[in-house]
Amino acid sequence: MAEGAAVVGTGAPVRKPVRRGRWVPYALLAPGLLWLVVFFVVPMITLGSQSLQEGNIDDGYVFTGNVSIYADAVQRYWPHLVRSIGYAATATVLALVLGYPLAYFMAQKAGRWKNILLILVIAPFFTSFLIRTLAWRNILSDDGPVVAFAQSTGFTSLLQAVGLTSNDTLLASKFAVICGLTYNFLPFMILPLYASLERLDPRLVEAAGDLYASPREAFRRVTWPLSLPGVVAGTLLTFIPAAGDFINSRLLGNTETVMIGQVIDSQFLRVLDYPLAAALSFILLTMIVVLVAFYVRKAGTEELV
Amino acid sequence: MAATRTSGDLRLAGLTKEFDTFTAVHPMDLVIPEGSFFALLGPSGCGKTTTLRMVAGLEQPTAGRIHIGDTEITDTKAHQRNVNTVFQSYALFPHMNVLENVEFGLRRRGDKNATVKAKEALELVQLGEVAKKKPAQLSGGMQQRVALARAVVNRPDVLLLDEPLGALDLKLRRQMQIELKRIQQEVGLTFIHVTHDQEEAMTMADTIAVMNAGRIEQLGDPATLYEHPASTFVANFLGQSNLLKVTVTGPARNGEVPVTAYDTALTVAADHVPGDAKEVWLGVRPEKLRMGEHGGPNRLHGTVSDVSFTGVATQYLVRMPWGKELTVVQQNDGSGRARPGEDVTISWAAEHGFALDAAQAADAGVEEEG
Amino acid sequence: MGVLSWIRRHLLAFAALAVLALLLVPNVVVAVFSFNDPVGKFNYNWAKFSTDAWAHPCGSPGICESLGLSLRIGVTASLVATVLGTMVALALGRYQFRGRAATNLLIFVPMATPEVVMGSSLLTLFLMLGIPSGALAILIAHIMFCVSFVVVAVKARVATLDPRLEEAAADLGATPAQTFLRVTLPLAAPGIAAGALLAFSLSFDDYIITNFNASPSSITFPMFVWGAAQRGVPVQVNVIGTVVFLAALLFVIAGQVLSNRRQRAV
Repeated sequence: MAEGAAVVGTGAPVRKPVRRGRWVPYALLAPGLLWLVVFFVVPMITLGSQSLQEGNIDDGYVFTGNVSIYADAVQRYWPHLVRSIGYAATATVLALVLGYPLAYFMAQKAGRWKNILLILVIAPFFTSFLIRTLAWRNILSDDGPVVAFAQSTGFTSLLQAVGLTSNDTLLASKFAVICGLTYNFLPFMILPLYASLERLDPRLVEAAGDLYASPREAFRRVTWPLSLPGVVAGTLLTFIPAAGDFINSRLLGNTETVMIGQVIDSQFLRVLDYPLAAALSFILLTMIVVLVAFYVRKAGTEELV
Repeated sequence: MAATRTSGDLRLAGLTKEFDTFTAVHPMDLVIPEGSFFALLGPSGCGKTTTLRMVAGLEQPTAGRIHIGDTEITDTKAHQRNVNTVFQSYALFPHMNVLENVEFGLRRRGDKNATVKAKEALELVQLGEVAKKKPAQLSGGMQQRVALARAVVNRPDVLLLDEPLGALDLKLRRQMQIELKRIQQEVGLTFIHVTHDQEEAMTMADTIAVMNAGRIEQLGDPATLYEHPASTFVANFLGQSNLLKVTVTGPARNGEVPVTAYDTALTVAADHVPGDAKEVWLGVRPEKLRMGEHGGPNRLHGTVSDVSFTGVATQYLVRMPWGKELTVVQQNDGSGRARPGEDVTISWAAEHGFALDAAQAADAGVEEEG
Repeated sequence: MGVLSWIRRHLLAFAALAVLALLLVPNVVVAVFSFNDPVGKFNYNWAKFSTDAWAHPCGSPGICESLGLSLRIGVTASLVATVLGTMVALALGRYQFRGRAATNLLIFVPMATPEVVMGSSLLTLFLMLGIPSGALAILIAHIMFCVSFVVVAVKARVATLDPRLEEAAADLGATPAQTFLRVTLPLAAPGIAAGALLAFSLSFDDYIITNFNASPSSITFPMFVWGAAQRGVPVQVNVIGTVVFLAALLFVIAGQVLSNRRQRAV
């Protein structure tokens, strides 16, 4: 068969005409970008500068370029840094495990219920984050039915045995903090997953079945790899805010679950040690950037295999 | 999860599919011989794709059984059936390259020679050089051939083609029809081809089943279906037909049955008349009618109302005294052309007519799907 | 056997609905406990049914003042962020210009930065510039983190629009300004509305960044709740949480119905 004839079959893709204005786009961009530069980029510089100053709140600060503050910060607060990353990573994995079936169901199986389910997933956003986190104090309260049930099934003993709780209740524990993080950022996981699973053509899964792939194999070879963009976006949107969060650790945890965000908050606003707080902020940001860059690169290459 | 290799004819026994509100496929019995090129032809919504999906295992039948040879596969899951499909949308995996797509089925069955076989299959469809490209980089026609290679490479007992050429333009479609037929003869597999394009079905298939409203209207080779349609639906869906309501006026003489239409005596070959019907539709294909008297003893007089020139032929509409317009197609063989308004005689031989029970609607199957 | 296989076949639906229930349980709990009459100052255990809090939603000192401040900041921040963000989104979606990659990066990075870092860095800026903590500082911060989300929402909508519509308008004699007002803006409206709604809810709900820039005289609603969480949360917090939730739900459903109707009409 002639190759030329085969090419005739494809319509040329519609080229998007993009207007070329000389000054219009810059005029449109200027106010928004200026705002971001002044109130996002410049503060990063002042934050860095603050971390290299010495002094105190009453006598003022002087720039000394003292980088040893970073070593000091890491030495004093490495458990909090490690803990924050660990909690955030655990919550991200849990959110993925919980969010994937719901996102898949909404995108592929829900039919005309799709929009209603989508609204119900977004709905929790509309009640304050804090109020919903406090609601978990109601749900997991020591005298409540959930704890009673967990005690009677031995679940609390199990959690205690693996060190996720310190007594046979659920609140004020690692367990509660991780559950809170998972719950609070679950919609951030579900929405990108939904967006990429909705684009998945169900006929591809049928084709995999037709070509001798069992449902499990079809998921592994077709559904999962095609949903990877959503997985990557969802895990980032969950992990990053979770790593810096301190609302959950403060409201659902104990003194052993203090996360780095809580340390930064109290160093800035209560201890008033600005250089140390600024250094910790910078360390957190750097850790996240490094982890995210590593993760995106790894996820990117796996997708190609 | 190796599929058991079976071979032999595909047999459907009482195969039925009911959805909540309607019956897509009424109980269907059908035998498709091993190695044949079989077409399921019908307008959209006639149940042909549902039938195909039941054979593929993508749809669960409401009742009935499916056998390949002596093995029943009715309750076998899609991935356990030795049946492959070329999907209408091709359904190529966008994240895999062409070779990985073609290897997919072989790898799922643990074939050690997957890569070698896949490359051979790509050679068969003349796409050896694009093995490392992603499907999105290929033209529609090339994607179609990858989809074909991906199915053929597994050497299934039955290969199902779901409107595989529907997305291609006319010229490419004609080429692919010939190509598909060559490949089928080369690999010798049973092909079942679902289409709404009657020309496509007639070009490729050994046997055609014409489906309408969930039932098979007629089964046969392309020439028989065209020359001797069993219903007005088949007469209209396969090509065009002029249908005249006629009354049988006597018993057959010399193999011909005398009939009258609007006081004109005509004849039809006796073996083209169903049973002992009194009122029948007399059908004649437009290209069997002749302008003038040399077509045969059956003659009608009328006025040319429209002439359209189509290149190889000229199509006339000839208005009968009772108002009906007959379509006549004449080869452009150099003889003169009639003009609009001209009074003409049209004629045809008795063996070129066919008669159908007059209880059916004359316009069944007209203009469906063009 | 029949029951088991039925459950197996619908396993995915069960899992999905269980997760959905998990997402919604806290909202239900908040609503239920808005009818509680707690013993002591902590509203953690059910005591007895009461509609007192609903009858006196401002019954807790400071609660309605903080709510009012949050609403004012939320509306102002989302308005400004929507204007700034929509302009950026139109530039990205409709024009070719140098520096596109840098612009995209500058939009993306704030969304990928932990709030605690943004809040603390802004605090250092305000300290150096001598801008006092308070409502103005909060407003500046909220506009900053809302702009990116508006850009993303509007850009997604603009990307689906056929640029030939604007060419058609120009072809039919519309000036650039008329084209923008009569064609581009109405078509981008759903994205702009979504962006504005998102910006409002982000601003209204923010605690972490706000906390770095607030003063004792500028207590937003989330800050009131946080403070109350230490001392004992008044039932009125649940009432306001429930009302906001229902109002937003109504808003979203109305928007959905409206866009469905418009789609059907087209």
